[in-house]
Amino acid sequence: MSEKVVKKHHREPLIHITKRESMAWWKAWSIRGVAILLALAVAGVIIMLVSDLNPVDVYVAMAGGNFNLEDPSQTRMMWVTFQKVAILLCISLAVTPAFKMKFWNCGAEGQTLMGCVAAATFMIYCGDSMQPALLFPLMLLVSMLAGALWGVIPAVFKAYYNTNETLFTLMMNYIAISLVAFLEIVWESPKNSAKVGVINLFTKGGWLPEINGNRYLPVIVTVLLVCILIFIYLKYSKQGYEISVVGESQNTARYVGINVKKVIIRTMAVSGAICGLAGMLLTSGINHTIYPDAVEGQGFTAILVSWLASFNPIAMIFAAFLIIFLQRGAGAIATNFGLDDSLADIVTGIILFFIIGCEFFIRYKINFRHSKKGGVD
Amino acid sequence: MDAVVNWLLMFLPRAIRQGVPLLFGSTGEILTEKSGHLNLGIPGIMYMGGVSGIIGAFFYERFAGDAYIGWLAVLITTLSALLGAAVMALIYSFLTVTLRANQNVTGLALTTFGMGVGNFFGGSLAQLFGEGGSLSVKRTSEVFCKTLPFADDLGAVGTLLFDYGFLVYLSVAIALVVAWFLKKTRAGLNLRSVGEDPATADAAGINVTRHKYLSTVIGGAIAGLGGLYYIMDYTHGTWSDGGFGDRGWLAIALVIFALWKPASAIWGSFLFGGLYVLPAYLNFGDNRSMQYLVSMLPYVVTLVVLIITSMRKKREHQPPASLGLPYFREER
Repeated sequence: MSEKVVKKHHREPLIHITKRESMAWWKAWSIRGVAILLALAVAGVIIMLVSDLNPVDVYVAMAGGNFNLEDPSQTRMMWVTFQKVAILLCISLAVTPAFKMKFWNCGAEGQTLMGCVAAATFMIYCGDSMQPALLFPLMLLVSMLAGALWGVIPAVFKAYYNTNETLFTLMMNYIAISLVAFLEIVWESPKNSAKVGVINLFTKGGWLPEINGNRYLPVIVTVLLVCILIFIYLKYSKQGYEISVVGESQNTARYVGINVKKVIIRTMAVSGAICGLAGMLLTSGINHTIYPDAVEGQGFTAILVSWLASFNPIAMIFAAFLIIFLQRGAGAIATNFGLDDSLADIVTGIILFFIIGCEFFIRYKINFRHSKKGGVD
Repeated sequence: MDAVVNWLLMFLPRAIRQGVPLLFGSTGEILTEKSGHLNLGIPGIMYMGGVSGIIGAFFYERFAGDAYIGWLAVLITTLSALLGAAVMALIYSFLTVTLRANQNVTGLALTTFGMGVGNFFGGSLAQLFGEGGSLSVKRTSEVFCKTLPFADDLGAVGTLLFDYGFLVYLSVAIALVVAWFLKKTRAGLNLRSVGEDPATADAAGINVTRHKYLSTVIGGAIAGLGGLYYIMDYTHGTWSDGGFGDRGWLAIALVIFALWKPASAIWGSFLFGGLYVLPAYLNFGDNRSMQYLVSMLPYVVTLVVLIITSMRKKREHQPPASLGLPYFREER
């Protein structure tokens, strides 16, 4: 035993890891870019193995799953892609303030679903009877409140009792899902179908209005607005600054006189409210119905998108697009070859592993035994 | 009275069967969390365990043909499940321990990936080999479902205690072994100290990295058996897309409910299993919606436990202190 220890001390270890002070932004983003390219290559090989496509065709087929390549004048497919990007982006933006605060909100799924519930309630009970000028502001407000409520509950317990927020928010998801399953029976139509069906199919009461006859634009425009607002909120507002301070160190925050409890609760209210907004866009603007799986796991994907973009709202647009592009693309390939459409999840997973792994090289520096620069003398 | 007994004799075994995947999952997760790593990839790992098992069985059945041997099939199936789950856990520990990545993000990515791989190969494997239909390994599954020979002769006791496949007993045995390991052995003490305060453990000469790797990989492998049990025994060897459902998350909930004690997870898992199947056994009449409120119960109960333990701040009921935090020796 002691001999071994002595031996160890004689030789400097082969690899020595130190933390980087900081890295130029272009360097960091090029590392991420390389990681994405590597991941795409690996994903391409896997798709190549299960289908008969050659690597180039894989990506052409993927693009074909997102855009109508044969007839570019048919824009429906493209709009659906952008709409999906918008919803994922909206939820990703929602989880970002909480994440910057190091509050691990895994409950976006439930918070969004509660927004869906609020919107569906308005559509069912007031969709045909209330003036649109009153209906939509009210629907928006209540959806955001519903999402905020679902976010604030874990935040209060975190702030006052330090209850583990990851586990708390996770549980809240399934409570929301069961609640929707319950409401599905209450609202079922036709009777005994166990489905809500399209709400106000003929009157379109409570459906988000179209812009210039385009039914995809309202969602996309709203989310772009939210994106800009969140960017400003995080970067230039006092509250955004407080979030960063609490995220860096709660002790520092307390020392400079920030009310940490208040910041935690307020930030989760914002986070939940934006999720609620996403839920309203989803139900009133896209699905026009509600079911337990309405959010389709995007609450979880959003966490990954937000992280992928290093919490930068503008970069998040591209991250969300990348994920949707891969998912829709892989889904199309799976359908063409009669394979299971979970191929999309495999591809997404691989991309994420590479991105997650590459962060290490951005944050830490690897020094080899004989390297002169930066090593410890 | 007879009606009640008969009802219980139907209900309890279902509850136990439903609880077994949760027990494997939460035993694995407890072992992992004791090293300070919150592995949210457990649902994906359990999927992976299930699909690797069924793939192993599928190939063995294809290649063995008439030379099929039951115990060999079980061995191959179990080993491939363990391997699949362990590889997943290895990815997780490489990313979170060596590359110090965020545990929540890594875990969620692992779950996405694992469920993707599970559903993809479960759904397409038969297709890829030109057999069509859904993936099914009835023959091997029968071996997994084999109950103790004297179960039928013992009446109610037999139905309650002995009428299960071997994985059910294995799940309880593993939980007990892990409980003993954590509480009574030196290695278990070291592992717990790593989860509480890695810097102190490191200073005391405990190899933090090795403990984290081992507990995550072994924990993942144990959780993988939960997926294996679900496929080979519970559904009798037939894959259905997404059939495993939210059991992985329920297993993580159970860890909290059991207050990080594998022995409590045993009865906890049967309770959760009971709550899970309860709606199917209650007669709601016209009130069909009520069953969904009942299915909310396991999560509500878990939340209440989580809240109460965090309010009471009793030391022995807390999560491992460094749970979720990366450890870097040179960070101050």
